[in-house]
Amino acid sequence: MYKYLDELEAKSVYIIREAYNRVDPMCMLWSIGKDSTALLWLVRKAFLGRVPFPLVLLDTGMEMQEVYDFRDNLIKEWDLNCINHMCPPEEEMDQTLPPATRSAMRKTEGLKSLLSEHNFKGVIAGIRRDEQGLRAKERVFSPRTIDGAWDFKDQPPEFWDQYKTEFPEGAHLRIHPILHWTELDIWRYTKRENIPCCDLYFAREDKKSGKMMRYRSLGEKNITFPVESPASNIEEIIHELETTNTSERAGRSMDKETEDSFERLRAAGYM
Amino acid sequence: MSAEPAIKIVKQEKAKRKQSTGKQQLRVVIVGHVDHGKSTLIGRLLYDTDSLPEGKVEEIQAICKRRGTDVVEWSFVLDAFQAERDQAVTIDSTQIWFSTDNRDYVIIDAPGHREFLKNMISGAAAADAAILVVDGEEGVQEQTRRHAYLLHLLGLQQIAVVINKMDLVKNDPEAYDKVARDVKDYLATIGISPRFIIPISARNGDMISARGKNMGWYNGKTLIEVLDSFENAALPVSRPLRFPVQDVYRFQGKRIIVGRIESGILRKGDRLMFSPGNEEATVTSIEVWPEDEDKVEARPGEAIGITLDQRLFVERGHIGSHTKNPPMLSNVFRASIFWLSQKPLKVGNSYKIRYGSHEAMVTVQSIDKVIDTQDLADKPDRKEVKRNTVAEITLRARDLLPIDPYTDNERLGRIVMYDGYDISGGGVISMEGYADQRRRKQPKSENIYKVEHLLNHDVRARRAGHRGGVFWFTGLSGSGKSTLAMAVEKALFEKGYATYVLDGDNIRHGLNRDLGFSPKDRSENIRRIGHVAALMADAGLIVLSAFISPYRADRRRARRAAGEKYNELYLAAELEICEKRDPKGLYKKARAGEIKDFTGIDSPYEKPENPEMIVDTAHQDVETCVEQIVAYIERQIALGDLADEEQDKDQVLDYVV
Repeated sequence: MYKYLDELEAKSVYIIREAYNRVDPMCMLWSIGKDSTALLWLVRKAFLGRVPFPLVLLDTGMEMQEVYDFRDNLIKEWDLNCINHMCPPEEEMDQTLPPATRSAMRKTEGLKSLLSEHNFKGVIAGIRRDEQGLRAKERVFSPRTIDGAWDFKDQPPEFWDQYKTEFPEGAHLRIHPILHWTELDIWRYTKRENIPCCDLYFAREDKKSGKMMRYRSLGEKNITFPVESPASNIEEIIHELETTNTSERAGRSMDKETEDSFERLRAAGYM
Repeated sequence: MSAEPAIKIVKQEKAKRKQSTGKQQLRVVIVGHVDHGKSTLIGRLLYDTDSLPEGKVEEIQAICKRRGTDVVEWSFVLDAFQAERDQAVTIDSTQIWFSTDNRDYVIIDAPGHREFLKNMISGAAAADAAILVVDGEEGVQEQTRRHAYLLHLLGLQQIAVVINKMDLVKNDPEAYDKVARDVKDYLATIGISPRFIIPISARNGDMISARGKNMGWYNGKTLIEVLDSFENAALPVSRPLRFPVQDVYRFQGKRIIVGRIESGILRKGDRLMFSPGNEEATVTSIEVWPEDEDKVEARPGEAIGITLDQRLFVERGHIGSHTKNPPMLSNVFRASIFWLSQKPLKVGNSYKIRYGSHEAMVTVQSIDKVIDTQDLADKPDRKEVKRNTVAEITLRARDLLPIDPYTDNERLGRIVMYDGYDISGGGVISMEGYADQRRRKQPKSENIYKVEHLLNHDVRARRAGHRGGVFWFTGLSGSGKSTLAMAVEKALFEKGYATYVLDGDNIRHGLNRDLGFSPKDRSENIRRIGHVAALMADAGLIVLSAFISPYRADRRRARRAAGEKYNELYLAAELEICEKRDPKGLYKKARAGEIKDFTGIDSPYEKPENPEMIVDTAHQDVETCVEQIVAYIERQIALGDLADEEQDKDQVLDYVV
């Protein structure tokens, strides 16, 4: 089924092994969503069932309960080492940012404190190029300056699967093993490999409106909203994506507040 | 967002949105001179194939209106960065997906501005095919030529040329002919013959998906038809096997060698040889997860693990092949390169290169040609290669490297060059004029023959009750090498083992009295110690060596000397901790400049990439470390199945009698 996924998978496994060989100590951000859970599956493929570095949930305390439950079950079932790292409160964020962007900024600050606390030199993150125009420009091994910023105007060259893996003391690397996947690829892979995913992705009836609603992308409860959709299982989601034109991040309010709000978030170190 | 059609879009008959086919994708890079309309073309491609997200068209119309332009700027779709919108140039390459009836595409948009050449290469190197965009009004420009040349250097074979902005030259066939001829002439000189030169108007959507009404004189294919005629590169299954080692994992007693098949087919039961060490072993399993016993074959592109029937010295960078058709071995080769660093490449400079997982230091022996991509002339000045130029150079390495020329192996025949932390260039390998040195890889003097001993290590081991071995302690000064080696020696001795410590005191004063501390002498020092240790281990002793031995290459030689008896123990303690301990006051002196070339201060320590054991001497006390090491050594030197091989014992008696 979907033979072309083998190529995407092999590429991701290669990147993950490369990171493990070159970067130490390292952790992986696991947001519990479909992308980072598929990524976690790929990590287990790379290390033949093991996860040789800690997983991190940047916790704002605002995730939906279903997300926390899903996490707890998988940690037990797969015997995972997961650090639950609390993000600083919203009052401490840059007050000039629009409200939803400010809320998202908590994760950025949470990541900074995680890095200084554990001295991680590398962070694996499950972002994809097709999610958003800015992420499309990312490198697989993407350096961050000492203050965590992304210098997107002067990124290192990256070609022929050779990466820049060494950098001055104090800076850190973001590693993006599924950058080349699309949302549809992730769902097809999740189905093919039988990877568990959170129920919130599947449509259920909204009690107020009576409409069928589902989450296409999982984020904090205050800034992520379900979209109208009849897709109530993976097959239906795949079918829906094969025929829809709506943006995946349509349910993410911070992306739309101002023309450059996502760019400001990312330049400051957002995932 | 307002949905009112504020800005006019030239409508073409729109194809119905294509479903993703789920077939193999084709990656297409779009290159060309700045402002010749690359991003615009992509925006239009997406619009015409109905691949834009809902609301995107309205969003772009609104942005254009805010910025006071009166036509839709399709490039805004991709130029997502604020800076790009402001300056209307693409800074970095980006990727976007769309589908036709036949397959899925990944479009890579590469910046045309000269300043961003490294980004153009990052984009183009990932592509299966290319579209070269040329402005119908401006014609062939500087970056048109440079990009075309680089496509050729990057090995892209499938290239379509589009003559864009035909609307600006009144869709005139003569204007098309003139530009098309110029492009063809230039491409011919670098050995590219484009199969298609298509007149288009990205702004109006002519000859992209639909033919439009403006260029009835053109009978060729539309851009989409051309793209659909391109093919995915075939997997190099019939080339000789290349399996570069990416890493070695030890899981539950299994030693798993992981890597990606770059060419050929690897099968369970195959006899493999690993270059440059040239040791051989047989593949006992192909390891994947979830476990799959039916997995007996791996093909190009697959990332796998394997186990071998023997414990060879294999590490990252070694290249597995079949015993027939291994890579060449050479310490000198040529390369056609593009240079991206601000600092020019110069003769005599050393750079780190990587190909596959192999890494080596090389020195530029000569610059043989510096090429002007504008007129392809060989520039007379060959002292250096400046940023954003291409050249042919000769590189020399200290040791023999396993090498495949680009013409033999597209994936391993290309190098990336590093200057300090940064990727500074890349290119393709040629062995023109140089011979394979594989056959010459034997001891320097032909007159030395190994004398066959009547006794071997196994026999000695059985008599002693344990095997011999080299336990190579490496780490910074102050990491605890001598302290631990002495304590471990004592513990082993008390348990009845035959053991001996090699350290600076007993080596530097005798055997190596003639050596100083220059890098060359240090290297020679370690070479001799490696061989002494190997001999003593062969004689049955448990040798503990306690030297900083900061260079991987030196340790590698020690490993080669002792073969499978070698064990690397990395005493991991951060510099700050070692410096704080400073038992001999050496760090203080080094900081004060009284000692030069002190490891960790002004001389590098290359951490072991794959040590047998890592001992955390920073956070554990001596006692714990000694316990761990002794336990490890006892496991390694145990007789195991040697103990009950009676047959061998009889043989010994034969010898003795």
